[in-house]
Order: sequence, then structure tokens, then C-alpha cells
Amino acid sequence: MKIKTEAGERHVLAVTVDNEAGILAKITGLFSARGYNIESLTVADISADHALSRITIVTSGPPAVIDQIIAQLDRLVPVHSVTDLADGGAHVEREIALVKVAGTGDKRIEALRMADVFRAKVVDTTLTSFIFEITGTSDKVDRFIALMRECGLVEVGRTGVVAIARGPEAL
Amino acid sequence: MVVQALVDLGVDTVFGYPGGAVLPIYDALYKHPTIKHILVRHEQAATHAAEGYARSTGKPGVVLVTSGPGATNAVTGITDALLDSIPMVVLTGQVPTTLIGTDAFQECDTVGITRHCTKHNYLVMDPDRLGPILHEAFYIATHGRPGPVVIDIPKNVQVATGTYNVPEFIQHNSYRPQVEPDADAIARAIEMIAAAERPIFYTGGGVINSGPDASAALRQLVSLTGAPITSTLMGLGAFPADDPKWLGMLGMHGTYEANMAMNRADLIIAVGARFDDRVTGRLDAFSPDSKKIHIDIDRSSINKIVPVDIAIVGDAGRALDALIAAWSDKGHKARDLGEWWRRVDGWRATRCLDFPEKTETDADIMPQRAVKALFDATRGMDPIITTEVGQHQMWAAQHFGFFAPNRWLTSGGLGTMGYGFPAAVGAQIANPDRLVICIAGEASLQMNIQEMGTVSQYRLPVKIFILNNEWMGMVRQWQELTYESRYSNSYSDSLPDFVKLADAYGWTGIRIDTLGQLEDGIAKMIETPGPVIVDCRVAKLANCFPMIPSGAAHTDMILQPNDITGTMDDEAKALV
Repeated sequence: MKIKTEAGERHVLAVTVDNEAGILAKITGLFSARGYNIESLTVADISADHALSRITIVTSGPPAVIDQIIAQLDRLVPVHSVTDLADGGAHVEREIALVKVAGTGDKRIEALRMADVFRAKVVDTTLTSFIFEITGTSDKVDRFIALMRECGLVEVGRTGVVAIARGPEAL
Repeated sequence: MVVQALVDLGVDTVFGYPGGAVLPIYDALYKHPTIKHILVRHEQAATHAAEGYARSTGKPGVVLVTSGPGATNAVTGITDALLDSIPMVVLTGQVPTTLIGTDAFQECDTVGITRHCTKHNYLVMDPDRLGPILHEAFYIATHGRPGPVVIDIPKNVQVATGTYNVPEFIQHNSYRPQVEPDADAIARAIEMIAAAERPIFYTGGGVINSGPDASAALRQLVSLTGAPITSTLMGLGAFPADDPKWLGMLGMHGTYEANMAMNRADLIIAVGARFDDRVTGRLDAFSPDSKKIHIDIDRSSINKIVPVDIAIVGDAGRALDALIAAWSDKGHKARDLGEWWRRVDGWRATRCLDFPEKTETDADIMPQRAVKALFDATRGMDPIITTEVGQHQMWAAQHFGFFAPNRWLTSGGLGTMGYGFPAAVGAQIANPDRLVICIAGEASLQMNIQEMGTVSQYRLPVKIFILNNEWMGMVRQWQELTYESRYSNSYSDSLPDFVKLADAYGWTGIRIDTLGQLEDGIAKMIETPGPVIVDCRVAKLANCFPMIPSGAAHTDMILQPNDITGTMDDEAKALV
């Protein structure tokens, strides 16, 4: 028999939680136990007294599944709020990647030229390598990394997405 | 401090089993004047007993077990409580904080293991946090949708001195369950109810959890609207079984009239029920022409399985009260539902719960007959009935009538064999003067049969009524339905002599072999003051009907054994 999967659209969820041991395991466990996707997940402490963390989750699914994900997250005891950033109108998304490229000659020059086009910064260099820092949407980071594959890419580290709604209001 | 907090929280009973990592708490419980500790024979039974205590009283059940195996043995009962929304607080011992993470003796990652089978859990690293956490845990277990909370307490935290105050007011810094229903949703719902031509109430365990007032409100609203009512397995007792509006349970082993009425309704009013797969059957054929109102305290239950037209998030009792108030405020009168009731009565006329039987005194007892006889014999005694899981559970749900909430204790969501007997122990502790009967199958009972010792120790007058057909009957029934009667490992081989076993534990044992012995045997069980085990031998190959096979619609019920085909395609086999 065939096991069906459903395609869906991408959503960015901002989740504020009590900054306590095990909360990340609880959230990732919820996603794996209920079969939801995680495309990326970032987490860091965001309050002055270190009591709150913000988790940004990029997920995808049909609308009913996204609604379930939000409801399931919201009922976890340490979760304060869950916001679907796509719901509230415009939002800003950023991701940082550190991209190590090794090579000499033309490839090295080409890598540097493209980094300039993408406004990537050089954060480390040797005679045979660069590390670029690039900030932008995931799409932009993807495209930069794809180009670097042609120029001697050896290693990539990415942060995953952080996002925040446009305008003066807080969540 | 733990014991003082339990006293302050009004705990009178703890179900548990000692071990190295909880000895300090056990020492504090030694000869305690108000907290009664019930020593079980296995930690799983402690959790089910606590569920029985909670389900029969509405108060949270409390469990105390040691680290490592104590905690892992409790996991099944904790998960059972999560699935059936039973308020429970489980205290587990843990190795000292200095040894955590070293694979110490009887160490396990209790908070890791129980993270996804609890409503919430804690590992207490700071003695000053112990008091607030205990109070918070009881708050979380009992507020919103109830559920189990685990508190893992390292041994050095148990012996440390910390500050303890009784908090005047408990508020978790993020947990805010919504209990008050939205007035606008109530207003829209009442118009929809008043306008419906073919309405039906579909109620569940949420009505029971909300307390006896919710059951009273339900009865009032059903009476105001004149609509038929069905309920899930977990909701039995919220509405009296002898009321003409009662259609019986719905779902896989529900009545024909309940399932047909759900299918043909133009409005379903779901109250504290969650459209479980055992209820809906094939989803694309589930009640295709109805609008749906869903009242649930857990927002994640809404639109999870079945999309609904009006969602009312809140406590079932308060929502029902608000609906009743809105009904009279608007001056609604019950519509003439005569045409709808004529159709319902037509489905009732199939008499789907009838079963073939012989009437000679030496005939085999049909299991349905045994349940009916037990029901007739205990009418007016207001018994508490627990069950294990399987055919006997469904026969009990179909043929035993309930008239009030908190009388029917069964494992619905997780379907835990071994639940019923320890749940009966917990219910009997909480209700020492009531008649508590566990309707069991011979296979399920053996999963926690060691608790006979607990019953003997505390002289509990628990009655176990075994429908003994020498099979894991529900497994065999599915093998007949789906696997051409290849009975792979479903025969209950090497059964004990239950009457001799009763004797060994100091109980009374009664065997019933034939129909002629049934009434006398039940009467003797009820009259006997102490614990009794009844080995009621029933027809071995009887199956539980009516039944909606997995993957079928409400309208495709199997009413009789000869409707069975014996094979299924892979799609159907994959469904549980």
C-alpha cells in the first residue's frame, strides 16, 4: 500500500517559552511524535532576567496542519505564545551562514568577487582560503552557497532563520 | 516538606512502592496521621489505582515510586492518564543530583522518558523550589484539560532543608487554560441548535471531567432541545441510560441507531469529545451532511480530525450552562423533531444489541447475558464498574447501563490491558462503602493480577467478574475478520484455576459454568463481604457486535456474525 504525504506551504512560527531545561526537547519531540516538519529551528534567551527564550521554527504543511501545530505548541505548559508570522502580514527574516572556500588562482578571485556582489564579509583568510559571513533570507544564502560550490566550497555553517514582524508592535 | 505539601494540598491517599531513592519520603510517611499510603505490588498498578481514585472522585490521584525501574514501570499508567485526561501527580525518586548522568544504580532519565507522556514534568534541583513546584503541579494536573504531572526529586533534595510556605494563590507564569466559553460563539451555537431539524448530541469524557454539575447541565440542555444523545466510551454515565433520548454508545462497537443518527444528522453538538478514530470510522464518510459545534477545553482538539463550524473552547460544564442560559434568554422552544425521531426509532427497531442464545439451564452463558445479569442484579446499588480492555469491555459498555458520572472507569484512549483491576482498587479505597466491580477478561486480568495481595492487605471488598472465554477475544475477533481465522497467539493457554487462586490470597472464589448458575453466582458475589473473584465461563467463540470494521463508514456496520467476510485489503489492514 502507498503511504500518502501532503505538500504544504512554508510558515515561520515565533514561540516564546520559559527558559527551562528540557523545553527544546519537548518542542522538537512534539514535532517528531506528531510527524510535523522542521526546516529550521533557532533558539536563544531573549529577556534581561534570562527567564524567556524565543524559538523560531520554519515548518511546512497544509493550513489544517499548521493550525494543529500552533494549537499543539500553545497547549504545552511552558509555552507563553505562538505566532505565525505569515499570519500577521509582513515580517523580516534573516539567516547567517559562515562559508569556507578553499582554492587559489581564478577560483579564489571569482569567490571574492561574488562575495562582494552578495555583500558577504570576509571574516577569516589564509593564502588558500576564505571564510565568508553572509546574512540574508534563506533564499539568498542558498544561492550564495550554490555559487560557492563552483569556487571550492569546503564547509558551511548556518544559523537557521530568525524572524520578526514589521511595524512598531511587539508580539 | 513533600509530605507537608501533600497534606496542605488535601491529599489523603498515596499509591506507591518504596525503593532506595524515595526512602526519605517514605520515612516521613511512617505512621502518618492523615495520609494513607497504599502499598501496591507493582508500580504500574499504583498509577492505575490512582486513576481509579481520580476518576471515581474527581480529585487528583497521587503516586509515589522510586527511581529507575519504579519510574519506568509507572510510564504505562502515566500515558493512560494522559490519553484519558485523568488528573494525577506522580512523585518519583531520583539519584542524588551529584550522581545524575553517571549511570548510577537505579538511575534513569525520568523527565526525558516521561516528557511526552505527561502534561508537564519537573526535575527538582533546588530544595527551595520543591514546595512551589508541588503546588504548581497539582494546579496543572487539575486545571484546563486534566492530565498527569511527574515530579522527579533527587534523594539529596529530599533530605535537604529548604523554605516552604503555602502559596496563597497559584498561577503558573505561562499556563492559562481557557475555561470561560466565548459569548459570541455561544450565541451563534444556540441559533444553530434551535434551527436544526436533525440534531444530535455527541458527548465524551470532558463532561465527566468537568464534574457532576456538567452532567446535570447536559441533561437539562438535552431535555430543552428534545434532541437524541449518544456518547463515547469515556462519556458513559453523563446521561442516564434509561432515558428515551439516549441512543447508547457510538463508534466502532456503538449502536446502530447512534451511528446512523450521527451519519444522517444535520447538526452534531460535540461536548468534551475529540472525534477519535474509534468514533468516526472512515473520515470522508463521517456525518457528511451535518454542521458541527465542538465544545472542548483543549483548542488542539478542535479541527484536529474533523473540521467544525463553531468552536467553543472552554470547560464543558460552563459552556453547557451558557447554552442553557442563551436558550432561555432567546425564548427558544424545542422544535418538533418528530420526523427525526421516527427515523431514529426505525434504526432502533433493528435491535442491534440482541444476541442469539439458548435458554436451557445447562446452556453456555453468552457473555452479553452475563453482563446484563450483573446489571440487573446490581440495579439500585449504584455500583462503580471498572473494566480491562477487550471484548468484555465493549460488552460492558453496551449492556451495562449507567445513570450517573464517575461510575464507569475504563481505559479508552490508550486501551491498557491491566487497567481495570488496579483501577477498582483505587476506586474502592476512595469509596470504601460502595460496591466496586471489575468486569475483566481472563487475559487482561493477568496483566496486574498481583494486586490481589494489595486487596487482601487492605481488606478491600473488590469484586472481580471474569468473562472467561479462554481467548484474547478481541484479538481473535480481528483475526477472524481480517486474517481468515489464523489465530496467531490469541489463545489464553495455561490459565490458572481462578477459584484456587482466590483461595491462595484469602479471597472467595466462585465459578459459574452454566446459565442456570449465573444469577445465584452473581447474588453470592454481591452478598459475600470481602473480595470475591468470579470465574464466569462464557461461550468461547462469541464476538462483539455490532461493529464498524476499521476503515469503514458508520453506515457499513456489521450487525451479525454471519456478515463477516474474513479478508481485508492492505489499506484496511494498516488501520488499527
